[in-house]
Amino acid sequence: MINFLILISLIVVLITLSQIIRIFEISNKIKNSRESDITYKDNDRQGKLLLTFGFLFIASFFLMNAKWTKSLLPISASEHGHEIDLLMNISLGLIIIVFLILQPVLFYFSYKYRGVKNRKALFITHNNKAEIIWTIIPGIVLTVLIIYGLQTWSKVMDRSNIDDALVIEVYGRQFDWTARYAGEDNFLGNANVRFISDANILGVISNDSYKSQIFNINKKIDKLKNQISGEKNYIKKNQLSKRYEKMISKKLRFSTLKEKTPKDLLKAADDDIVVREIHLPVNKKIHMKFRAQDVIHSAYMPHFRVQMNCVPGMNTDFVFRPTLTTEEMRKEVKNEDFDYVLLCNKVCGGAHYNMQIKIIVESEEKFNQWISGQTKFALSYLN
Amino acid sequence: MSENHNHSENFFSKYIFSIDHKMIAKQFLITGMTMGIIAMVMSALFRLQLANPGEPNQILSFFLGDWAQGGVMDPNMYLALVTIHGTLMVFFLLTGGLSGTFANLLIPLQIGARDMASGFINALSYWFFFLSSIIMLSSLFVESGPASGGWTIYPPLSAVPQAMPGSGLGMTLWLISMTLFIVSSLLGGLNYIVTILNLRTKGMTMARMPLTMWAIFMTAILGVLSFPVLVSAVLLLVFDRSFGTSFYLSDIMIQGEVLANSGGSPVLFEHLFWFLGHPEVYIVLLPALGITSEVIATNSRKPIFGYRAMVGSIFAIGFLSFIVWAHHMFISGMSPFLGSVFTFTTLLIAIPSAVKAFNYLATLWKGNLQFTPAMLFSIGLVSTFITGGLTGLILGDSALDINVHDTYFVVGHFHIVMGLSATFGAFAGIYHWFPKMYGRMMNKTLGYIHFWLTIVCAYGVFFPMHYLGLAGLPRRYYSNTAFPMFDDLVNINSVVTFFAATAAIVQLIFLFNFIYSIFRGERAVMNPWKSNTLEWTTPVERIHGNWPGKIPQVYRWAYDYSKPGSEKDFIPQNIPLKSDESESL
Ligand code: HEM
Ligand SMILES: [Cu+2]
Ligand SMILES: [Cu+2]
Repeated sequence: MINFLILISLIVVLITLSQIIRIFEISNKIKNSRESDITYKDNDRQGKLLLTFGFLFIASFFLMNAKWTKSLLPISASEHGHEIDLLMNISLGLIIIVFLILQPVLFYFSYKYRGVKNRKALFITHNNKAEIIWTIIPGIVLTVLIIYGLQTWSKVMDRSNIDDALVIEVYGRQFDWTARYAGEDNFLGNANVRFISDANILGVISNDSYKSQIFNINKKIDKLKNQISGEKNYIKKNQLSKRYEKMISKKLRFSTLKEKTPKDLLKAADDDIVVREIHLPVNKKIHMKFRAQDVIHSAYMPHFRVQMNCVPGMNTDFVFRPTLTTEEMRKEVKNEDFDYVLLCNKVCGGAHYNMQIKIIVESEEKFNQWISGQTKFALSYLN
Repeated sequence: MSENHNHSENFFSKYIFSIDHKMIAKQFLITGMTMGIIAMVMSALFRLQLANPGEPNQILSFFLGDWAQGGVMDPNMYLALVTIHGTLMVFFLLTGGLSGTFANLLIPLQIGARDMASGFINALSYWFFFLSSIIMLSSLFVESGPASGGWTIYPPLSAVPQAMPGSGLGMTLWLISMTLFIVSSLLGGLNYIVTILNLRTKGMTMARMPLTMWAIFMTAILGVLSFPVLVSAVLLLVFDRSFGTSFYLSDIMIQGEVLANSGGSPVLFEHLFWFLGHPEVYIVLLPALGITSEVIATNSRKPIFGYRAMVGSIFAIGFLSFIVWAHHMFISGMSPFLGSVFTFTTLLIAIPSAVKAFNYLATLWKGNLQFTPAMLFSIGLVSTFITGGLTGLILGDSALDINVHDTYFVVGHFHIVMGLSATFGAFAGIYHWFPKMYGRMMNKTLGYIHFWLTIVCAYGVFFPMHYLGLAGLPRRYYSNTAFPMFDDLVNINSVVTFFAATAAIVQLIFLFNFIYSIFRGERAVMNPWKSNTLEWTTPVERIHGNWPGKIPQVYRWAYDYSKPGSEKDFIPQNIPLKSDESESL
């Protein structure tokens, strides 16, 4: 019923509109002019409207700034973030200046030169001097921006002094994050998706995880062996032996994966610590490494001005130094409940919008206290 | 080449399987507009979802049925809508639709040819486009939903069917549709290039061509050089999906199952995709800039300022657009050194763009502006081109991109510089050349209303998005409620949604004006805008072969407006120079 009413009213509106247009056209005919002709009155009206729009546009820009800048990200919580912010502010300032010059000029010209009777436009085809000037000036400004930008970029991406940095791996999968600390040796053990199990969600390769995978496979192989010998049906038997062969080659793959991993790397995994919450010691350099299990994710930590894609089959990383603890940031933003987060910023499926992990920045003592309370990877295989 | 012969025509040969470039242009226009409208309704729907996440909404269940059970949108459906919205807008409305319409309509008319070099290839190009549109739309009705991994379809998300519902049949249809679309683009593009190079009338040297022609010429070149790369990217993706190859896949476990693939790299796909993807934004933008150059010069009653610089910057933009693609990948894990190189080339592109903007302003300066609706939209384009171009300087700077990459800052930027500029250019073109397409005029008053409501809403939608981005809000989020840090942004989001819904409704005014004017608009005269270019020397009746007699010869450039020594303020290109007159350029 309601749909029907909507339909009816839509039709009525359409009919009214076309009648109004008809009336306009007939009245124009009587005046011996054409509706589509642009009159000087039109020019005057539209010119004034353009000027008004230009004015309101700029005014609303200032209004938005006044109302919304407080909702933007707070000051950077990392060292390099300040460099980025400075560059950002300079660049934003620059483009805002250009914006505030060019938009008013555009709308002012539109108004000023609106068509009037008996004026002829100026016939000018080009002016080399002016054109050279407005090629060179942007050229100079851009050169400065490029040089400054690249300097900042190479500082941010600098990997030369990272031996003393705390190594943390962040691992993304649909739809959550897991972190792994490198432990006392500050060295992460290797990992591969084929080692993933309920007890080892990151697929870390260690002596224990290898043994447990092989144990499981052997169990399956034994079971298959029994089944095959007990099976009379030829077709079924055939199927089972195919599965059996698959299991054997799987076992082989595991062994090669393990053999490819150097002995000390197998050990390196033992003191790794797998957790579901990221803790960072303040003022310490962090070397964060990223991996993904299934599709591309992106580890985005807006408060630290850090973002890096996590790509399956590839290792990526980012180095930064947090400078504000969670407590300090809470004071800064005047919000008792504030917490840093790492969120996913590369579309990865249905729950992409809710793929997050909490980050806590705290003093070194607190951090050490926390980490010593966590279970080491090797120990998780004991029980 | 067909002379003006009057063979008998029936409905099919005239409207459906026509090989007349003017009819094919209309076919592209109507198909493109249909796709644009569908994409726009989608954007209104997902904006509604963002405004009140989780609250039942009758409008959503009306449009989406099972995808919004009880009026609450399914997260996968949100991503599907965003993906198809982006695909339809970028490829179908603004590449196929915009280029297809104005290249087909204007090339023969403006260079003085009876038709395109090959009418048949031209028709074929349309039919591939039509077919690909149908397939893309049909993917909306697949049970598991259409492609949903974003219009950039990065693997593994798009390559592995288990990764999300949309990566099943929906993705397959997307890939088939896009392949056909590319075939259409290539057929069209080659035809445009050949026609412009070979069929110019006597006296129409390249240096006398209107800027529209230069822009379309460059667009076609970009398309022909870059679309094949997308085909290969798509084909490799098809292999990975269907034949077990590992171009893009390595070490993946999904839904508890380890895939056999190893050795591939998703980053390879990103490179291939953006090698097309970046030129693509200029494929979208250049025709709109060409249209604007024409409309602004005509309605300023003034030569376009710096014609040679305009042509030069079209070439500079065209060339540079091929060596900036990796600015979309600063944080993809590629080497930081590459990041530096691409920052450098990207920021360089700002120079020719700035030249274009300044030249538009200089054209308006001391003009005698006639505010047709087309002129208003062109001025709107200059405004959005400036606004959006400026934020590009932020995104092109690798160090700054770290924190705004994939946030709403990007959504705001590319909608303003590409989405708005190109749609404004398309509107300007439609208002301006409607008389050439349909022999009637569009209603001016409705045009004014349409422009004013559109520009206000357009800025209202996309300007606030920059603040969302600077607050760290990621794009492609189904809802912003999962993070307390975004609670503050509710206000901004409701502003955006209000304007988005209004913008969608406002387009009904245009649609009404368009359809009404086709049938009942005021009859056009031959040269309603007192323009110089050749299309306005053809009769209003739009005959086969374009000119009833001989094709006019060209004696001057297209921009002799208000030239001293002439009574009228325009001298069409087919008027010979007076004995004491020197050529303007
Ligand atoms: C009615 C006007 C429009 C509105 C309200 C609108 C709104 C939006 C919004 C809010 C998004 C981001 C959604 C998200 O990331 O979650 C989006 C995505 C997008 N839009 Fe639009 N848009 C409009 C018109 C256009 C036009 C004219 C273009 C042509 C260039 C366009 C191209 C795109 C593209 C390419 C994406 C990205 C899709 C993706 O992430 O895969 N849109 N649109
Ligand atoms: Cu994710
Ligand atoms: Cu680009």
